[in-house]
Amino acid sequence: METPVAVKPKIAFFDFTSCEGCQLTVVDSLADHIELLSVVEIVQFREAMSERGEDYQIAFIEGSCTRPSDEPRLKAIREQADIVVALGACAHLGGINSIRNRQPLQDVRAYVYGEEAELFETYPARPISAVIDVDVSIPGCPINPREFVQTVKMLLQGRQPEPPDYPLCIECKSLENVCVYLRGKTCLGPITRAGCDAICPAYGDGCEGCRGIISNPNYEAMKAVLDWHGLDMAEVEAKTTMFLTYQTMNMDEKKENGHGH
Amino acid sequence: MATNVSVDVHHVTRVEGHGNIVVDVVDGQLERCEFAIVETPRFFEAMLRGRPYQEASHITSRICGICAVGHATTSLRATENALGISPSQQTVLLRKLNFFGEILDSHVLHVYMLVAPDFLGVGSVIPLARTAPEVVLRALRMKKLAGDLCKAVCGRHTHPVAMTVGGFTHFPTEAELRDLRARFVNMRADVDSLVELYQGLTMPDFERDTEFIALSKADEYAFIDGTIASTDGGLWPIEDYKSVTNETIVPHSSAKHTSNAGQSYMVGALARFNINHDRLHPRAKKAAEALKLKPKRTNPFFNTVAQVVEICHAVEESIILIDKLLERGITPEEPIEPTSLSGEGVGACEVPRGILFHRYEIEDGIITGADCVIPTGQNLANIENDMRAFVPTLLDQTEEEITLSLEMLVRAYDPCISCSTHLVDVNFK
Repeated sequence: METPVAVKPKIAFFDFTSCEGCQLTVVDSLADHIELLSVVEIVQFREAMSERGEDYQIAFIEGSCTRPSDEPRLKAIREQADIVVALGACAHLGGINSIRNRQPLQDVRAYVYGEEAELFETYPARPISAVIDVDVSIPGCPINPREFVQTVKMLLQGRQPEPPDYPLCIECKSLENVCVYLRGKTCLGPITRAGCDAICPAYGDGCEGCRGIISNPNYEAMKAVLDWHGLDMAEVEAKTTMFLTYQTMNMDEKKENGHGH
Repeated sequence: MATNVSVDVHHVTRVEGHGNIVVDVVDGQLERCEFAIVETPRFFEAMLRGRPYQEASHITSRICGICAVGHATTSLRATENALGISPSQQTVLLRKLNFFGEILDSHVLHVYMLVAPDFLGVGSVIPLARTAPEVVLRALRMKKLAGDLCKAVCGRHTHPVAMTVGGFTHFPTEAELRDLRARFVNMRADVDSLVELYQGLTMPDFERDTEFIALSKADEYAFIDGTIASTDGGLWPIEDYKSVTNETIVPHSSAKHTSNAGQSYMVGALARFNINHDRLHPRAKKAAEALKLKPKRTNPFFNTVAQVVEICHAVEESIILIDKLLERGITPEEPIEPTSLSGEGVGACEVPRGILFHRYEIEDGIITGADCVIPTGQNLANIENDMRAFVPTLLDQTEEEITLSLEMLVRAYDPCISCSTHLVDVNFK
């Protein structure tokens, strides 16, 4: 982050294991902010263009690392780029891909590919930060278009973007949404990072934690909310296994060592 | 004339997902011809096991960012069929409307941004923005409307929020629907311009007869539910999908291959058109006529043309659906509860790239088994058979020209390989 960004920096997009929905969100965001195209040069974006350039300063990476051959690719990108941005939950957290980490890998492979399982290389899903240093993360599944544009603008100005580190409840309350707990649903809002415009509660569903847990979650308050509504932490733990398996499995290890929450 | 050709396209561009084309011609003979899927395996079916049934549509929408609504809808239908839920009339109408948002979004992306650059001799839509800004702005306008439609109904197109088992958790307002209707009416001019654009493009001359498979319904051009139909004859209930898809594993593809009556079959807009053309909206039928798209069309490049026709259909049908919803009035309804928490069910939809199946086994509310058969996977064997027939007709061209032709062929299928479930690179080896 120390190198100032050149005038009209070259940017590139890469994808690893993912649905490519974050890159699609980028396409839609650029459509709404065409002015950005005049201040950057996109040199690689396989999903949208044939040209490929290997000279870039900012790399946006979508997707998780899920096989050994992903590692040299990730390292080569890190080598080239001044700034590496994790684009979306799969790159940032491991996300949906890491659900499978809860089951023995052999079972997972055999269930889908049977006796042919050995044909396709794979290992447990990880966020890209498990392999390379990441300068900036744009959380979410998918990313929020407003936050993507804001992040790009800050990077172009040489500033360090920081996603919000307060709970979603704050954002949700300010939008005057009806609390989904009052609609009989569980929501990870009290411990999840804000910044998505509380889209899930706004559309009647509980937060699934796709942006990750804030750095200082108040689990006591979370428990109090659950008690109030006749629920317990098991409901929250079940919900954190959707996007946060990688983190919660590590947390479980830490807990065994006496460092957990 | 090239007697030794080696094409090796690593990671075909302007497709969703990762695939490579490998073609090896020695002394004028085609020795090897593969469309390799190098997408990392995704393991969604294994990941669904042990999850509560309510999560299935939210997890499976993450199979594909482009077909997120299609996966969610198919997933919900599979769950509802397993648990004895019949959605309300309003839910059926809202799901159909939302589905047209996805068909439009995906088709507009493909016909304008992924395919048109080939015909206009540019590498992407970005230089097109300088040379033909009105074309790009039109595409963006259409995509924006498709996105706003999904936003009003389910929160966002990638990944839908408000779609749930038995109904919706949020409802569009009548004002939102009226606004969308007005924009759809205005979009007719954009659709006419799109048809004109494609009238001016010449599809490569290549015919290969094959089997086409799509969902079919008696009274409408099917997108959600229906019966499996084939141009080779035959109708199958969706529960029997396995007897149609016959999945097999091939070493060069992390997406499984399929075959029915012949060696391979094609799914997607062209298959839907070939089977259900008489149920298109009259304006879409006129567009098909203008674009010389007649059933049964066996040139796979016309899949893109069929998508143009479906864009026209989707715009007209969206207007009709909005009128129906406005006439009934929108009622905030609670989702319909399951009649049982255990069962097996199949869901089938015509997502942008073709017929999609989800099948779940659920016990006491927990998913114990899952199977997803994805359109691009069903097209893979057919793409390879097309390439085998196509390459020998191209041998008087340079490797560069052959590569472009093969990439264009693969792109015509609008492959979506992230579903491996990803797609293309040409390797002349």
